[in-house]
Amino acid sequence: MTAPRPSRLARPVVGLLALALVGGIIVWDLAQAGLPDPFHAPPPLALGSGTAPTGAHCAAN
Amino acid sequence: MLARRGLLGLSALLLVGAVTVIAGPRAGLLAALGIGFGLVLEGLRFGFAGPWRLMITERDARGLNAQLLAIGLTAAVGFPLMAAAPGEIMAAHAPVGLGVILGAFVFGAAMQVVMGCGSGSLVNAGSGNLVGLVALFGFIAGSFLGTLHLGFWTALGTLPVISAQSLAGAQGGLWLTLAGLAALAALLAVRAAPGKRLPGGRLALAAVLIAALAALNLVIAGQPWGIVYGLGLWGAKIAQAGGADVAATAFWSNPVHAERLSQSVLTDVTSLTNIGLVFGAFLIMRGRARPDAPVAALALRGWAGIAIAGLVLGYSARIAFGCNVGAFFSGISTGSLHGWIWFAAAFLGSAAGLKLRPLVLVPATPARAAA
Repeated sequence: MTAPRPSRLARPVVGLLALALVGGIIVWDLAQAGLPDPFHAPPPLALGSGTAPTGAHCAAN
Repeated sequence: MLARRGLLGLSALLLVGAVTVIAGPRAGLLAALGIGFGLVLEGLRFGFAGPWRLMITERDARGLNAQLLAIGLTAAVGFPLMAAAPGEIMAAHAPVGLGVILGAFVFGAAMQVVMGCGSGSLVNAGSGNLVGLVALFGFIAGSFLGTLHLGFWTALGTLPVISAQSLAGAQGGLWLTLAGLAALAALLAVRAAPGKRLPGGRLALAAVLIAALAALNLVIAGQPWGIVYGLGLWGAKIAQAGGADVAATAFWSNPVHAERLSQSVLTDVTSLTNIGLVFGAFLIMRGRARPDAPVAALALRGWAGIAIAGLVLGYSARIAFGCNVGAFFSGISTGSLHGWIWFAAAFLGSAAGLKLRPLVLVPATPARAAA
Protein backbone atom coordinates (compact mmCIF):
# COMPACT_ATOMS: atom_id res chain seq x y z
CA MET A 1 0.00 0.00 0.00
CA THR A 2 1.44 3.36 -1.03
CA ALA A 3 1.11 6.50 1.05
CA PRO A 4 -1.02 9.29 -0.46
CA ARG A 5 1.01 11.86 -2.32
CA PRO A 6 0.90 15.46 -1.09
CA SER A 7 -0.75 18.24 -3.03
CA ARG A 8 1.56 20.29 -5.24
CA LEU A 9 0.50 23.49 -3.49
CA ALA A 10 2.64 24.11 -0.41
CA ARG A 11 0.96 25.47 2.70
CA PRO A 12 2.43 28.99 2.44
CA VAL A 13 1.01 29.28 -1.08
CA VAL A 14 -2.44 28.07 -0.03
CA GLY A 15 -2.35 30.36 3.02
CA LEU A 16 -1.57 33.32 0.77
CA LEU A 17 -4.46 32.32 -1.50
CA ALA A 18 -6.76 32.35 1.54
CA LEU A 19 -5.53 35.82 2.49
CA ALA A 20 -6.02 36.93 -1.11
CA LEU A 21 -9.61 35.65 -1.01
CA VAL A 22 -10.37 37.54 2.21
CA GLY A 23 -8.45 40.65 1.13
CA GLY A 24 -10.15 40.60 -2.25
CA ILE A 25 -13.58 40.47 -0.63
CA ILE A 26 -12.72 43.41 1.65
CA VAL A 27 -11.30 45.61 -1.11
CA TRP A 28 -14.03 44.77 -3.62
CA ASP A 29 -16.70 45.34 -0.95
CA LEU A 30 -15.20 48.69 0.06
CA ALA A 31 -15.35 49.72 -3.59
CA GLN A 32 -19.02 48.71 -3.76
CA ALA A 33 -20.33 49.85 -0.36
CA GLY A 34 -17.94 52.73 0.21
CA LEU A 35 -15.73 53.46 3.18
CA PRO A 36 -17.44 53.41 6.57
CA ASP A 37 -17.53 56.73 8.39
CA PRO A 38 -15.23 56.25 11.38
CA PHE A 39 -16.69 59.35 13.04
CA HIS A 40 -20.04 57.58 13.26
CA ALA A 41 -18.53 54.29 14.37
CA PRO A 42 -19.90 52.63 17.51
CA PRO A 43 -18.05 53.12 20.82
CA PRO A 44 -15.04 50.83 21.29
CA LEU A 45 -16.86 48.62 23.79
CA ALA A 46 -20.51 47.58 23.68
CA LEU A 47 -20.51 47.08 27.45
CA GLY A 48 -21.26 50.41 29.02
CA SER A 49 -22.08 52.08 25.70
CA GLY A 50 -25.81 52.31 26.31
CA THR A 51 -26.45 51.06 22.79
CA ALA A 52 -28.01 47.79 21.70
CA PRO A 53 -26.03 45.28 19.61
CA THR A 54 -26.86 45.08 15.91
CA GLY A 55 -28.41 41.61 16.19
CA ALA A 56 -26.52 40.42 13.13
CA HIS A 57 -25.57 37.00 14.50
CA CYS A 58 -25.79 33.36 13.44
CA ALA A 59 -28.74 32.88 15.81
CA ALA A 60 -30.69 35.68 14.10
CA ASN A 61 -33.88 34.82 12.25
CA MET B 1 13.23 33.11 12.03
CA LEU B 2 13.08 35.88 14.63
CA ALA B 3 13.03 38.53 11.90
CA ARG B 4 10.26 36.73 10.07
CA ARG B 5 8.17 36.47 13.23
CA GLY B 6 8.76 40.15 13.87
CA LEU B 7 7.50 40.97 10.39
CA LEU B 8 4.47 38.75 10.91
CA GLY B 9 3.70 40.53 14.18
CA LEU B 10 4.11 43.87 12.45
CA SER B 11 1.71 42.80 9.69
CA ALA B 12 -0.89 41.95 12.35
CA LEU B 13 -0.50 45.40 13.88
CA LEU B 14 -0.83 46.98 10.44
CA LEU B 15 -4.05 45.06 9.75
CA VAL B 16 -5.57 46.08 13.08
CA GLY B 17 -4.42 49.66 12.58
CA ALA B 18 -5.83 49.86 9.07
CA VAL B 19 -9.20 48.45 10.15
CA THR B 20 -9.29 50.92 13.07
CA VAL B 21 -8.59 53.89 10.81
CA ILE B 22 -11.13 52.78 8.20
CA ALA B 23 -13.97 51.52 10.39
CA GLY B 24 -13.33 52.75 13.93
CA PRO B 25 -11.89 51.42 17.17
CA ARG B 26 -14.49 48.70 17.76
CA ALA B 27 -13.79 47.23 14.34
CA GLY B 28 -10.06 47.28 15.07
CA LEU B 29 -10.56 45.55 18.39
CA LEU B 30 -12.71 42.88 16.76
CA ALA B 31 -10.10 42.26 14.07
CA ALA B 32 -7.50 41.89 16.84
CA LEU B 33 -9.83 39.51 18.66
CA GLY B 34 -10.21 37.43 15.51
CA ILE B 35 -6.44 37.27 15.14
CA GLY B 36 -6.31 36.07 18.74
CA PHE B 37 -8.79 33.30 17.97
CA GLY B 38 -6.69 32.26 14.98
CA LEU B 39 -3.45 32.27 16.97
CA VAL B 40 -4.93 30.11 19.73
CA LEU B 41 -6.86 27.69 17.52
CA GLU B 42 -3.95 27.04 15.15
CA GLY B 43 -1.08 27.62 17.55
CA LEU B 44 -2.41 25.34 20.28
CA ARG B 45 -4.16 22.94 17.88
CA PHE B 46 -7.54 23.50 19.48
CA GLY B 47 -10.32 22.34 17.19
CA PHE B 48 -13.83 20.97 17.17
CA ALA B 49 -14.16 18.40 14.38
CA GLY B 50 -10.98 16.49 15.27
CA PRO B 51 -11.79 15.94 18.96
CA TRP B 52 -15.29 14.74 18.07
CA ARG B 53 -13.76 12.22 15.67
CA LEU B 54 -11.31 11.09 18.33
CA MET B 55 -14.13 10.60 20.83
CA ILE B 56 -16.08 8.48 18.37
CA THR B 57 -13.22 6.42 16.96
CA GLU B 58 -10.72 6.22 19.83
CA ARG B 59 -12.78 7.06 22.91
CA ASP B 60 -10.50 10.03 23.46
CA ALA B 61 -12.50 12.67 25.35
CA ARG B 62 -9.67 15.11 26.06
CA GLY B 63 -10.36 17.55 23.23
CA LEU B 64 -14.13 17.47 23.62
CA ASN B 65 -13.87 18.02 27.36
CA ALA B 66 -11.56 20.96 26.67
CA GLN B 67 -14.34 22.42 24.52
CA LEU B 68 -16.82 21.97 27.38
CA LEU B 69 -14.35 23.66 29.76
CA ALA B 70 -14.10 26.64 27.42
CA ILE B 71 -17.88 26.85 27.12
CA GLY B 72 -18.30 26.66 30.90
CA LEU B 73 -15.73 29.39 31.54
CA THR B 74 -17.38 31.62 28.92
CA ALA B 75 -20.78 31.02 30.52
CA ALA B 76 -19.39 31.88 33.97
CA VAL B 77 -18.42 35.32 32.65
CA GLY B 78 -21.18 35.76 30.09
CA PHE B 79 -24.26 35.08 32.23
CA PRO B 80 -23.48 37.84 34.77
CA LEU B 81 -22.56 40.23 31.96
CA MET B 82 -25.83 39.60 30.13
CA ALA B 83 -27.79 40.00 33.35
CA ALA B 84 -26.00 43.24 34.22
CA ALA B 85 -26.34 44.82 30.78
CA PRO B 86 -29.31 43.22 29.01
CA GLY B 87 -29.71 46.12 26.61
CA GLU B 88 -26.07 46.09 25.58
CA ILE B 89 -25.15 42.40 25.43
CA MET B 90 -27.31 39.86 23.65
CA ALA B 91 -27.31 36.08 23.87
CA ALA B 92 -27.23 33.54 21.04
CA HIS B 93 -30.75 32.35 21.74
CA ALA B 94 -32.64 30.63 18.92
CA PRO B 95 -35.68 28.35 18.72
CA VAL B 96 -35.39 24.58 18.47
CA GLY B 97 -37.08 23.12 15.43
CA LEU B 98 -36.73 20.55 12.70
CA GLY B 99 -34.34 22.88 10.87
CA VAL B 100 -31.99 22.95 13.87
CA ILE B 101 -32.04 19.18 14.35
CA LEU B 102 -31.65 18.29 10.68
CA GLY B 103 -29.19 21.08 10.01
CA ALA B 104 -26.99 20.16 12.95
CA PHE B 105 -27.00 16.46 12.01
CA VAL B 106 -25.98 17.24 8.44
CA PHE B 107 -23.39 19.78 9.62
CA GLY B 108 -21.85 17.18 11.92
CA ALA B 109 -21.56 14.74 9.02
CA ALA B 110 -20.13 17.32 6.61
CA MET B 111 -17.58 18.62 9.09
CA GLN B 112 -16.11 15.14 9.40
CA VAL B 113 -15.88 14.88 5.62
CA VAL B 114 -13.84 18.07 5.29
CA MET B 115 -12.28 17.75 8.77
CA GLY B 116 -13.24 21.31 9.50
CA CYS B 117 -16.15 23.01 11.16
CA GLY B 118 -17.11 26.69 10.96
CA SER B 119 -14.01 28.00 12.69
CA GLY B 120 -12.00 25.06 11.38
CA SER B 121 -12.61 25.90 7.74
CA LEU B 122 -11.28 29.42 8.32
CA VAL B 123 -8.31 28.21 10.36
CA ASN B 124 -7.51 25.46 7.89
CA ALA B 125 -7.64 27.85 4.94
CA GLY B 126 -5.43 30.39 6.71
CA SER B 127 -2.93 27.75 7.72
CA GLY B 128 -2.51 26.59 4.14
CA ASN B 129 -4.74 23.53 4.09
CA LEU B 130 -6.11 23.28 0.54
CA VAL B 131 -9.09 21.21 1.68
CA GLY B 132 -10.04 24.03 4.05
CA LEU B 133 -9.72 26.66 1.33
CA VAL B 134 -11.87 24.73 -1.14
CA ALA B 135 -14.44 24.04 1.59
CA LEU B 136 -14.47 27.74 2.49
CA PHE B 137 -15.67 28.68 -1.01
CA GLY B 138 -18.54 26.21 -0.62
CA PHE B 139 -19.21 27.40 2.93
CA ILE B 140 -19.67 31.00 1.77
CA ALA B 141 -22.10 29.94 -0.97
CA GLY B 142 -23.98 27.53 1.27
CA SER B 143 -24.47 29.91 4.17
CA PHE B 144 -25.93 32.46 1.75
CA LEU B 145 -28.27 29.88 0.17
CA GLY B 146 -29.37 28.90 3.68
CA THR B 147 -30.58 32.45 4.33
CA LEU B 148 -32.90 32.14 1.32
CA HIS B 149 -34.61 29.06 2.77
CA LEU B 150 -34.48 29.82 6.49
CA GLY B 151 -38.17 30.73 6.55
CA PHE B 152 -39.09 27.39 5.01
CA TRP B 153 -37.14 25.40 7.58
CA THR B 154 -38.41 27.35 10.58
CA ALA B 155 -41.99 27.00 9.28
CA LEU B 156 -41.68 23.21 9.38
CA GLY B 157 -42.03 23.26 13.13
CA THR B 158 -40.35 25.36 15.76
CA LEU B 159 -40.68 25.60 19.51
CA PRO B 160 -40.61 28.95 21.28
CA VAL B 161 -37.14 30.12 22.29
CA ILE B 162 -36.19 28.25 25.47
CA SER B 163 -33.17 29.25 27.50
CA ALA B 164 -31.59 28.43 30.83
CA GLN B 165 -32.48 31.96 31.92
CA SER B 166 -36.14 31.49 31.01
CA LEU B 167 -36.21 28.24 32.99
CA ALA B 168 -34.26 29.24 36.09
CA GLY B 169 -33.38 32.94 35.94
CA ALA B 170 -29.93 34.43 35.38
CA GLN B 171 -28.16 32.87 38.35
CA GLY B 172 -30.09 29.62 38.29
CA GLY B 173 -29.60 29.43 34.54
CA LEU B 174 -25.84 29.69 34.95
CA TRP B 175 -25.81 26.86 37.48
CA LEU B 176 -28.10 24.81 35.24
CA THR B 177 -25.73 25.31 32.32
CA LEU B 178 -22.62 24.52 34.37
CA ALA B 179 -24.32 21.42 35.81
CA GLY B 180 -25.26 20.28 32.31
CA LEU B 181 -21.70 20.76 31.07
CA ALA B 182 -20.28 18.94 34.10
CA ALA B 183 -22.69 16.04 33.62
CA LEU B 184 -21.79 15.77 29.93
CA ALA B 185 -18.07 15.95 30.70
CA ALA B 186 -18.47 13.21 33.33
CA LEU B 187 -20.39 11.01 30.88
CA LEU B 188 -17.68 11.48 28.26
CA ALA B 189 -14.98 10.74 30.83
CA VAL B 190 -16.73 7.51 31.83
CA ARG B 191 -17.02 6.47 28.19
CA ALA B 192 -13.42 7.44 27.38
CA ALA B 193 -10.44 5.11 27.39
CA PRO B 194 -8.12 5.28 30.41
CA GLY B 195 -5.66 8.16 30.13
CA LYS B 196 -7.85 9.94 27.59
CA ARG B 197 -10.41 11.50 29.88
CA LEU B 198 -9.27 14.99 30.83
CA PRO B 199 -7.46 17.62 28.77
CA GLY B 200 -3.76 18.08 29.34
CA GLY B 201 -1.91 21.35 29.77
CA ARG B 202 -1.98 22.48 26.13
CA LEU B 203 -5.70 21.90 25.65
CA ALA B 204 -6.58 23.35 29.06
CA LEU B 205 -4.57 26.49 28.29
CA ALA B 206 -6.27 26.77 24.90
CA ALA B 207 -9.69 26.38 26.53
CA VAL B 208 -8.95 29.20 29.00
CA LEU B 209 -7.67 31.48 26.22
CA ILE B 210 -10.63 30.74 23.93
CA ALA B 211 -13.01 31.45 26.81
CA ALA B 212 -11.23 34.75 27.52
CA LEU B 213 -11.48 35.75 23.86
CA ALA B 214 -15.15 34.73 23.69
CA ALA B 215 -15.90 36.79 26.81
CA LEU B 216 -14.09 39.76 25.25
CA ASN B 217 -16.23 39.24 22.14
CA LEU B 218 -19.29 39.77 24.34
CA VAL B 219 -17.81 42.89 25.93
CA ILE B 220 -16.60 44.48 22.68
CA ALA B 221 -19.31 43.44 20.22
CA GLY B 222 -22.25 43.06 22.57
CA GLN B 223 -22.95 39.67 21.04
CA PRO B 224 -21.41 36.19 21.21
CA TRP B 225 -18.70 34.81 18.95
CA GLY B 226 -20.07 33.66 15.60
CA ILE B 227 -18.87 32.52 12.20
CA VAL B 228 -21.61 31.66 9.73
CA TYR B 229 -23.41 35.01 9.67
CA GLY B 230 -20.35 36.75 8.26
CA LEU B 231 -19.79 34.09 5.61
CA GLY B 232 -23.44 34.29 4.57
CA LEU B 233 -23.10 38.05 4.30
CA TRP B 234 -20.07 37.66 2.01
CA GLY B 235 -22.08 35.26 -0.15
CA ALA B 236 -25.02 37.67 -0.25
CA LYS B 237 -22.80 40.54 -1.36
CA ILE B 238 -21.25 38.41 -4.10
CA ALA B 239 -24.71 37.30 -5.29
CA GLN B 240 -25.89 40.90 -5.26
CA ALA B 241 -22.93 41.96 -7.34
CA GLY B 242 -23.83 39.18 -9.76
CA GLY B 243 -27.24 40.75 -10.31
CA ALA B 244 -29.39 38.87 -7.78
CA ASP B 245 -32.01 40.98 -6.00
CA VAL B 246 -30.82 39.82 -2.60
CA ALA B 247 -32.27 42.82 -0.74
CA ALA B 248 -35.78 41.72 -1.73
CA THR B 249 -35.52 38.31 -0.05
CA ALA B 250 -37.25 37.71 3.29
CA PHE B 251 -34.05 37.35 5.30
CA TRP B 252 -32.09 40.23 3.78
CA SER B 253 -35.04 42.63 3.77
CA ASN B 254 -35.11 42.43 7.57
CA PRO B 255 -33.75 45.85 8.63
CA VAL B 256 -31.01 44.27 10.75
CA HIS B 257 -29.63 42.29 7.82
CA ALA B 258 -30.43 44.92 5.18
CA GLU B 259 -28.17 47.36 7.02
CA ARG B 260 -25.31 44.86 7.01
CA LEU B 261 -25.87 44.16 3.32
CA SER B 262 -25.68 47.83 2.39
CA GLN B 263 -22.63 48.63 4.50
CA SER B 264 -19.03 47.47 4.38
CA VAL B 265 -18.13 44.06 5.79
CA LEU B 266 -15.80 46.01 8.08
CA THR B 267 -18.90 47.10 10.01
CA ASP B 268 -20.03 43.52 10.57
CA VAL B 269 -18.96 41.85 13.81
CA THR B 270 -18.64 38.26 12.60
CA SER B 271 -16.96 39.30 9.35
CA LEU B 272 -14.29 41.13 11.33
CA THR B 273 -13.52 38.21 13.62
CA ASN B 274 -13.59 35.82 10.64
CA ILE B 275 -11.06 37.98 8.78
CA GLY B 276 -8.82 38.09 11.85
CA LEU B 277 -9.17 34.35 12.34
CA VAL B 278 -7.85 33.53 8.87
CA PHE B 279 -5.00 35.99 9.37
CA GLY B 280 -4.11 34.64 12.82
CA ALA B 281 -3.93 31.08 11.50
CA PHE B 282 -1.72 32.27 8.63
CA LEU B 283 0.63 33.98 11.08
CA ILE B 284 1.10 30.78 13.05
CA MET B 285 1.72 28.71 9.92
CA ARG B 286 4.29 31.18 8.54
CA GLY B 287 5.88 31.60 11.95
CA ARG B 288 6.70 27.91 12.25
CA ALA B 289 10.23 26.88 11.44
CA ARG B 290 8.86 24.22 9.15
CA PRO B 291 5.22 24.40 7.97
CA ASP B 292 3.25 21.17 8.06
CA ALA B 293 3.22 19.04 4.92
CA PRO B 294 0.59 19.88 2.31
CA VAL B 295 -2.62 17.88 2.43
CA ALA B 296 -2.85 14.75 0.32
CA ALA B 297 -3.70 15.33 -3.32
CA LEU B 298 -7.22 14.34 -4.29
CA ALA B 299 -8.81 13.22 -7.52
CA LEU B 300 -10.97 15.82 -9.26
CA ARG B 301 -14.14 14.26 -7.88
CA GLY B 302 -12.55 14.37 -4.44
CA TRP B 303 -12.10 18.15 -4.74
CA ALA B 304 -15.65 18.46 -6.08
CA GLY B 305 -16.83 16.47 -3.08
CA ILE B 306 -15.01 18.85 -0.72
CA ALA B 307 -16.62 21.89 -2.38
CA ILE B 308 -20.06 20.29 -2.11
CA ALA B 309 -19.42 19.32 1.52
CA GLY B 310 -18.42 22.92 2.20
CA LEU B 311 -21.63 24.13 0.62
CA VAL B 312 -23.58 21.69 2.77
CA LEU B 313 -21.70 22.92 5.85
CA GLY B 314 -22.72 26.50 5.19
CA TYR B 315 -26.32 25.71 4.32
CA SER B 316 -26.88 23.40 7.28
CA ALA B 317 -25.24 25.84 9.71
CA ARG B 318 -27.52 28.63 8.54
CA ILE B 319 -30.74 26.65 8.94
CA ALA B 320 -29.55 25.38 12.35
CA PHE B 321 -28.97 28.92 13.66
CA GLY B 322 -25.23 28.52 13.79
CA CYS B 323 -22.30 26.17 13.49
CA ASN B 324 -20.07 24.70 16.18
CA VAL B 325 -19.28 28.27 17.25
CA GLY B 326 -22.54 30.20 16.90
CA ALA B 327 -24.84 27.39 18.07
CA PHE B 328 -22.77 24.91 20.10
CA PHE B 329 -20.20 27.19 21.77
CA SER B 330 -22.08 30.47 21.95
CA GLY B 331 -25.56 28.97 22.21
CA ILE B 332 -24.74 26.88 25.25
CA SER B 333 -22.47 29.46 26.86
CA THR B 334 -25.28 32.05 26.72
CA GLY B 335 -27.99 29.64 27.86
CA SER B 336 -29.81 28.62 24.68
CA LEU B 337 -31.48 25.21 24.55
CA HIS B 338 -30.83 25.11 20.81
CA GLY B 339 -27.09 24.82 21.55
CA TRP B 340 -27.62 21.57 23.46
CA ILE B 341 -29.93 20.10 20.82
CA TRP B 342 -27.45 21.19 18.16
CA PHE B 343 -24.65 19.32 19.93
CA ALA B 344 -26.63 16.08 20.25
CA ALA B 345 -27.72 16.10 16.61
CA ALA B 346 -24.32 17.15 15.27
CA PHE B 347 -22.51 14.49 17.30
CA LEU B 348 -24.74 11.79 15.80
CA GLY B 349 -24.13 13.34 12.39
CA SER B 350 -20.39 13.20 12.97
CA ALA B 351 -20.56 9.44 13.48
CA ALA B 352 -22.35 9.14 10.13
CA GLY B 353 -19.93 11.55 8.45
CA LEU B 354 -16.92 9.45 9.41
CA LYS B 355 -18.35 6.62 7.29
CA LEU B 356 -18.86 9.01 4.35
CA ARG B 357 -15.36 10.45 4.52
CA PRO B 358 -13.48 7.79 2.52
CA LEU B 359 -16.18 7.91 -0.15
CA VAL B 360 -15.65 11.65 -0.68
CA LEU B 361 -11.92 12.06 -0.14
CA VAL B 362 -10.88 10.13 -3.21
CA PRO B 363 -7.07 10.33 -3.48
CA ALA B 364 -5.38 11.29 -6.70
CA THR B 365 -3.77 8.52 -8.66
CA PRO B 366 0.01 8.51 -8.08
CA ALA B 367 0.73 9.67 -11.64
CA ARG B 368 -1.65 12.60 -11.43
CA ALA B 369 -0.46 13.61 -7.96
CA ALA B 370 3.13 13.63 -9.09
CA ALA B 371 2.37 15.74 -12.15
